Amino acid sequence: MSGFMTTFGLWLSVFFTLSIFSFLYKDNPFYKLSEQIFVGLSAAYWLVYLYYSVMVPNLFNKLFTDFKGNLILLIPTALGLMMLLRLIPKAQWLSRYPIAIMIGTSAGINMVRYAKTDLLGQISATMINPFASDNVITVIGNILLIVGTICGVYFFYFSKKQEGIRAVPSKLGIWFLMISFGASFGYTVMARISLLIGRLEFLLKDWLHIIK
Amino acid sequence: MSANKNTQTERRIIYLVLLVAVALPLIFPIGWKTEVSSYTKMAWELIENTPDSSVVLFSFDYDPSTITEIQPMAEAMLEHSFSRNQKIIAVALWPQGVQMADQAFTVALKKYPEKKYGVDYVNLGYKVAGIVAIQAMGKSMQEVFPSDQSGTKYENIPMLKKVKTLKDVAYICSLSSGTPGIKEWVMAARDPLGTPVTGGTTAVSAPGLLPYVNSQKQLYGLLGGLKAASEYETLINKIGSATIKMDAQSIAHLLILVFIIIGNIKAFYSRKRGAQ
Repeated sequence: MSGFMTTFGLWLSVFFTLSIFSFLYKDNPFYKLSEQIFVGLSAAYWLVYLYYSVMVPNLFNKLFTDFKGNLILLIPTALGLMMLLRLIPKAQWLSRYPIAIMIGTSAGINMVRYAKTDLLGQISATMINPFASDNVITVIGNILLIVGTICGVYFFYFSKKQEGIRAVPSKLGIWFLMISFGASFGYTVMARISLLIGRLEFLLKDWLHIIK
Repeated sequence: MSANKNTQTERRIIYLVLLVAVALPLIFPIGWKTEVSSYTKMAWELIENTPDSSVVLFSFDYDPSTITEIQPMAEAMLEHSFSRNQKIIAVALWPQGVQMADQAFTVALKKYPEKKYGVDYVNLGYKVAGIVAIQAMGKSMQEVFPSDQSGTKYENIPMLKKVKTLKDVAYICSLSSGTPGIKEWVMAARDPLGTPVTGGTTAVSAPGLLPYVNSQKQLYGLLGGLKAASEYETLINKIGSATIKMDAQSIAHLLILVFIIIGNIKAFYSRKRGAQ
């Protein structure tokens, strides 16, 4: 039976892979069917998965085994239930409180972390002696890093009209930004091709057994 | 209408040629060599230079959708860590990361069958809450993971005896394809606690994380995409799945470059014709 299910699962995967690929030719019922099944299945899967991996171990197990010792868990439980009240129009206003707490907590935690990592950390990383290395390539890289950072940030300085000499770093900043966008695009292409390779490997290896 | 139809046909030809160009090198591998980048070398050096018997932490922060890019990294880095006799704690900030960890360990253990669960490696499983969970691990690992995947109590796992907080691990390696992932480990572990962080990510996410590989060593190197995975395999002398797939990747990139050139020439001539 398990052998049959494995083979059935394999053919099902092949069917859905080819159905999704068929969109590249043109929109068709097979693609639509696969898309709808994927959306529905994902929603159901995550609901069940999160229930068993989040709710059960973190809430229900703890409350059922040691209720008195985990009384504090009743607070997030109540807040969670209040969140669900969004579904009842008359009691909808109650869901604003857990949302407010979530936003406030997230902002509080992230403000400190982002300030340290993304602001102070990145500024410190740019404050380097560009000529400290003996390697010419490293020195050039360091100079580009400093100039690129300053010009890139200057590009977003809008308090004064950028003309004459003030326009030079801004124009340089655009170049650095364009190059970084190009690099990002290159990386994105690489990622998408990797996904295609993954699917083709599945078709050629697991299904057709053409490759080992 | 006719121009539209032409574009449609051209688009289909491009997809077809790309499909063939990617499939052929998978069937008939070319065996092109990959140059190792400094980012990959840096990550490799961190694992290589960490002393024997150190306890290290691998976080599996991805799911099957990015398995092609990240799983080869996970397998190569785990193998490298095992080869240095390091003791590995696996955790997951993504629910399906647990299965990804199990799969990666299965592959690594084929090469190192003598490694024992609980003594040389352990899978503590998934924890919800991302950055908050990492922050809590900075205070007490046991509170966040009272038991491992199979239900064994934290205090009964031999290799965890001396691991109280994240400060007790030699480095953290996050294999991530989004949030929570590498950035959260940098924010909640590297910056406040000083524990070195390295990792691997998808090619899409790499440009956003590369600025953290800097003079402050917020990240000790970074593996970005399939190419970096194949670079890592080269460094540990392994012909793994990433190395095999890189032929297809390189051919596809060359083909895209050709298409871009053809597209530009075509656009140039049609503009010229329009001007006339």
